[in-house]
Amino acid sequence: MNPLTQCLLVSGALFGIGLAAILVRRNAIMALLGLELMLNAGSLNFIAFWRFRPDAEPMGGVVFVLFALAIAAAEAAVGLALIVAIYRHFHSTNLDEMDRLKG
Amino acid sequence: MQSDFFTLVCWGVMAAAAIAMMMRRPVHAVLVFVVSLVGLAVIYLQLRAEFVAFAQILISVGAVAILVVFTLLLTRNGGAEAELKRTAGSAIVGLAMAGLVMGCIGICVLASSAVETSGAVTPATVRQIGEALMTQYILPLEVLGLLLTAALMGAVILAMDPARRHNERKP
Amino acid sequence: MQTILAVTDPEFWIVNLGAWLTGWFEPAWRPWIQALLQAAALVGGFATLFAVTTILERKGLGRIQNRPGPNRVGPFGLLQPAADGIKMLTKEDIVPARADKIVHFLAPIVMLAPVTLAFAVIPYGREMTPMPLDAGLLFFFAVGAGSELAAFMAGWSSRNKYSLLGAIRAIAQMISFELPLVLSTVAVVMMAGSLSLVEIARRQAEYVSFVPQWHILTPWGLAGFLTFFTAALAESNRSPFDLPEGESEIIGGFMTEYSGFKYAIFFMAEYFGMFAVSSLAVVLFLGAWSAPLPGLQFIPSYVWFGIKLMGLLFVFIWLRGTLPRLRADQLMSFCWKLLLPMALINIGVAAGWHYSRDWSFPAAWGCRWFLGLAGVGLPFMGLAWGLRRRRGWGPRVYRYAE
Repeated sequence: MNPLTQCLLVSGALFGIGLAAILVRRNAIMALLGLELMLNAGSLNFIAFWRFRPDAEPMGGVVFVLFALAIAAAEAAVGLALIVAIYRHFHSTNLDEMDRLKG
Repeated sequence: MQSDFFTLVCWGVMAAAAIAMMMRRPVHAVLVFVVSLVGLAVIYLQLRAEFVAFAQILISVGAVAILVVFTLLLTRNGGAEAELKRTAGSAIVGLAMAGLVMGCIGICVLASSAVETSGAVTPATVRQIGEALMTQYILPLEVLGLLLTAALMGAVILAMDPARRHNERKP
Repeated sequence: MQTILAVTDPEFWIVNLGAWLTGWFEPAWRPWIQALLQAAALVGGFATLFAVTTILERKGLGRIQNRPGPNRVGPFGLLQPAADGIKMLTKEDIVPARADKIVHFLAPIVMLAPVTLAFAVIPYGREMTPMPLDAGLLFFFAVGAGSELAAFMAGWSSRNKYSLLGAIRAIAQMISFELPLVLSTVAVVMMAGSLSLVEIARRQAEYVSFVPQWHILTPWGLAGFLTFFTAALAESNRSPFDLPEGESEIIGGFMTEYSGFKYAIFFMAEYFGMFAVSSLAVVLFLGAWSAPLPGLQFIPSYVWFGIKLMGLLFVFIWLRGTLPRLRADQLMSFCWKLLLPMALINIGVAAGWHYSRDWSFPAAWGCRWFLGLAGVGLPFMGLAWGLRRRRGWGPRVYRYAE
């Protein structure tokens, strides 16, 4: 198994684990952790291809991953602010209890 | 480069991620998740992307994990009381779906002819990344600045205490 | 990247001592042995500096407060660190019954390890950098982020209201002041053209007619150094920003439930953080290992680094004994409304300095300095005026419980 395949399999496994966290866990913060894991798995994919298959754009993979990291941080910030605001309303972070659109 | 250490780190990252998602208390889950992110940074270092590895530690551990921890403190969720009403059926379906996605990705990867091309490794020095960001990718960089500003303002307003917001409306 | 040292350079003997010691082992083991030797030298050196700094701080604070400080153990109290060490090691290790045992145990380690990692990228002498990285400054800030997580781990695992409060304040303070800390180094990186600390140190080692090219001897460098130093005071939780561990306010902050050796490790981690940011300030602004005058270069470069480092540590101790503590809200508004805009304006002033370096009319040097100081000083005065107390001094208003 060459290193590229190994990296891609790890990335796929991390993506699956993140997806499982989002689907199974009922706590909003745990779901957000799963989302972060999925984003990082995608970044690993980009770096693996940047390293093992150099193509016409020499810095494409690295720059994309930097942007993805920044966007992941911004999305985590906004998501967590949303969770705090929702907690103030529903007094719980259980995703099953947030079933009303009107407060 | 293909060595036992690399395989060990890969298994460590997957194990840490799996354990983090299974932990009952969110605080423990965040701490184990940080371990898996640091392992991912070590993988980036092995793949000769040093800038990305250090940026990953700075952003993921220094910002995202701290944010999650602060939210746990603000929502009094360290005890994980919110998990008790889960049914076993939905958990099994969720795991099955995730397993299906993982299986599909695995089959695609293993069946493909993705072979590493033995070309020269382009070293990603900081100077080259900076030049690429400032010449070729300048537009995404500026848009990212706008996005981060919007996210900052949005997060502050969303998490603001509603009582203080009413007080600020008074002249 | 490392050039060849001549026999007459004092650094030659230290670097080749390491090479001679690693030569005793087989080639497969040599990288590990070299890393081990460097780590041992760094940890040993800075642990000794830690012991020396504790006694210097206590004597220094004592003299500032018009008292002699510890003077019982050894001549002039100089063996006090040994007594402190024995006390810390033999104290009973009390862990609260409801505490989270694993997280409580790991918090001091997670606090100490990243800070010790940060010492590896700093150039201590002309060719004496343990780990010359291309993105050394980014590595320094990345490992600095680990200590914030450790503060939370310590505060949360103790199951103590005061620990939690101290942890929240400590994390809020540390992440807020990280912004001016990093932004004030952006101006240095811009002018030096590299993130590598070795390169930044090398660029400051030149002399233009007996004046060293240190960054602090420019208007943007001076403002940047002051911003960086203030943010560094807050990052390492030192007075006047030591609200998280203020003994008169919340007992010990996040370190309340730690005793004995674990408390000693927190203490050591705080001091190591102080050494790390002082070393970084020396490298970025004070010219790292270069001598102030070309004629003084016979003194070895690492000695100059040590002198500058001790000078900064003295300023740390001096500020602790002189200034009163800032309140939490004063601290936050100081960071976000003064230091952060100053760091951003500093980048602009540095750019102005760079683009005016070709001026050659008769009063060019004075003109550049005047414009630089005005560009930094006028916004500072405006921001400080904006931070003043809004409420005047009026009669006291009493609010009674209804």
